[in-house]
Amino acid sequence: MRFIAILIVSLFPLLGHAQDWEDQQVFGASNAPQSLRILSSTDTSFFKPVIESFIAQRPDVSVEYLVTSTADLDDRFRLAPDEFDVVISSAMDLQIKLTNDGFAQRLDDLTHPDWAQWRNSLFAFTTEPAAIVIRTAAFDGIGIPTTRQELIEALRGNAEVFDGKIGTYDVRQSGVGYLFATQDARASETYWRLMEVIGSLNVRLYCCSGAMIDDLAEGRILVAYNVLGSYALARTDTHDALTVILPSDFPTTMMRSALVSQSASDPVLAEAFLRHLIRLQSQGSGTDFPLPTLEAYQDASGRPSINLEPALMTYLDHLKRQVFINAWESAVIQNR
Amino acid sequence: MKNDFVVLGSLRNQLATILTGGAALLAILLFFVVRGYATQIAQEGQDNILSASVSSILDAAVLRDGVVELDFPYASLSMLSTSADDRIFYAIYEDGNLLSGYDGLETGLGASGNARMFVSAQYDNATVRVATASRTLIGADRSRQVTVSVAQTQDALAETLNRISRNVAGFGLGFFALATALAFWGTSTTIGQLSRLTTSVTRRGPQDLSPFLKPVPTEMVPLVRSLNTLMARLDQSLKQSEDFIAEAAHRVRTPLATVRSYAEATFQRVQNQENRDALRSMMRAIDESSRAAGQLLDHAMVTFRAGNLEREDVDLDGLLRDLVQRMTPVADMRDVALYLDSNAPAILQGDPVLLQNAFRNLIDNALKYAPAETSIMIHVQTTPRIRVDVSDQGRGFLLHEIDKLAGRFVRGGDTEGHIGSGLGLTIAQDVVNAHDGIMTLSNRQEGGACVSLQF
Repeated sequence: MRFIAILIVSLFPLLGHAQDWEDQQVFGASNAPQSLRILSSTDTSFFKPVIESFIAQRPDVSVEYLVTSTADLDDRFRLAPDEFDVVISSAMDLQIKLTNDGFAQRLDDLTHPDWAQWRNSLFAFTTEPAAIVIRTAAFDGIGIPTTRQELIEALRGNAEVFDGKIGTYDVRQSGVGYLFATQDARASETYWRLMEVIGSLNVRLYCCSGAMIDDLAEGRILVAYNVLGSYALARTDTHDALTVILPSDFPTTMMRSALVSQSASDPVLAEAFLRHLIRLQSQGSGTDFPLPTLEAYQDASGRPSINLEPALMTYLDHLKRQVFINAWESAVIQNR
Repeated sequence: MKNDFVVLGSLRNQLATILTGGAALLAILLFFVVRGYATQIAQEGQDNILSASVSSILDAAVLRDGVVELDFPYASLSMLSTSADDRIFYAIYEDGNLLSGYDGLETGLGASGNARMFVSAQYDNATVRVATASRTLIGADRSRQVTVSVAQTQDALAETLNRISRNVAGFGLGFFALATALAFWGTSTTIGQLSRLTTSVTRRGPQDLSPFLKPVPTEMVPLVRSLNTLMARLDQSLKQSEDFIAEAAHRVRTPLATVRSYAEATFQRVQNQENRDALRSMMRAIDESSRAAGQLLDHAMVTFRAGNLEREDVDLDGLLRDLVQRMTPVADMRDVALYLDSNAPAILQGDPVLLQNAFRNLIDNALKYAPAETSIMIHVQTTPRIRVDVSDQGRGFLLHEIDKLAGRFVRGGDTEGHIGSGLGLTIAQDVVNAHDGIMTLSNRQEGGACVSLQF
């Protein structure tokens, strides 16, 4: 546990008020008559072009973009839903629960595939796989694993290489990490075997994909499990060193989603931004929309593996979460 | 046509109103019954799913080291996914204390001791259906009551019901339209029977008092029976009065003839001019009465025979020739010439007695009004239809009364001094009508009256 505390402190350098946020940026003129506050779990770099193209159309608007982890985002928004206009998160389960609990505004006559929206309130706009990212060099002579089972065997067979060099989400802290973990666990028992293996190899736990990829890039870890593949692929500086593996046994793909706060200060503007976002998505990936589109990673059924449905709230149940965390801790933390 | 009786409502409208009103009422009833039934079924469907969800959560409850653990399956909530993306709320209680889920969900449990409860309630500004069930977990130290409530909004249900309502409304309207069409058809068919009877009454000739024999529906039998009875009575009383008139005329004629012969005999004997004048007036009055009685008899005979017309081939040419021959002495007495302009047989289906009577009356009339030294022309024409014109060279008819002259006992305004009963033209008219012909009165351009009978 001490390790995690150190990690968190190292990730959030003291920067006055800014310590509350992973990132905080204001786009547009500071004296703009209208302002929009976006609460997001997505790194600013991915949303910068989206916001800038929006401001290009609406010069009278300034956008404040606030980034925090998915779990923290949920807590903050629930505490003060009137402080934010748009909420963007990759934790589908938390977003569904926010919508189910009546925090999201209904936006009718917004054309969007039925499977990518819920109650006309929550709109998914990307499809992103959970990936295994490895330092290619570390797997010389071992062979690059293509499935979780192969990863298990590779790690077991080379315990001395990978001990302390594996990273994954701390599911207790990260909303999206918890979502990936629970969906993996739903899909296959392999997940638990993998957790036991990486637990025995003193896995490092992270709050965010970005931090994991940073550590991978710098060689502090060699394998990261359940990282957002889109983040890894976006890092051009590490293209040669890292390999992004989309496990072929079963894919875990989630959808990043956005909602307009029910108590948004400027609902019309917030809705306009959401429409802008949806429109960019439908035009496909490009400089204005650096994220994968809804169609980018789809399985045979043409849908992401995680459905946008209220059943996602199952693992958010307090008792159920307790059971899952207990099992996870006993597998991953072990005797630390 | 103005009715001399009160018209109150219309059978057709009444029937149509009752039938279409009934259909509308039935359609509305159908709508509400089916919708109510659909609501019940849809609600039962939702209740069943909610109940299954509650069961699956309850089944997962275990007591481990004195602590309730509830690792309920993913399906517990995923089974509640709906097309309308209904919101889901749930709550898990241990001995009445919230263990997990949403606080403040109305369970309805406790109000009654039911093991399974369904209530509709408000939660977070939405109408939800809540299913609740509980289960007792037996632990080492004590037992615990675990209660689970699962609630779902009713958007999908409302959508389904709206769809059903629309369909049922469609069916109802269709039913109503069909029933209305049937109602109108039924009404016009029913009223049609009455209309047919009315038509057949209207179409009858004025003399036709025979009973109705066409088939009628049961409901109209009393009406037709009454009508037939009325007609029979009317026919009888008419016959009785005709018989009475004929009898009376007959009884009067014979004594009159006796009185006339006495008067004539006395006239020959009496020399006193005053007495002679009185006797002449008397004879004249007797002649008039006798003639009237004769015409009354003729009329009664015509009426009787016209009512039961027996048709046979009659040659009008021969008939008129005979008649002219017989009446020529009378004409000669008045210095009037009778001419028959006919050169071919004119065969007509009819009653010779009646026809002879009619022509005799017409010639008689013409003789009465024709001045001396004039002629009466009887012209027979066979093409295109048989037509007989009897014309004289007298004063003609008065134009303003020409339409009324054929009425009974109607005499022209210029007939003072002529013996007559006002029945001559009536008899001719009745005979022509009985033979489906028409009688036309007119004045000739060169002067004189003309009576045309066209058959």
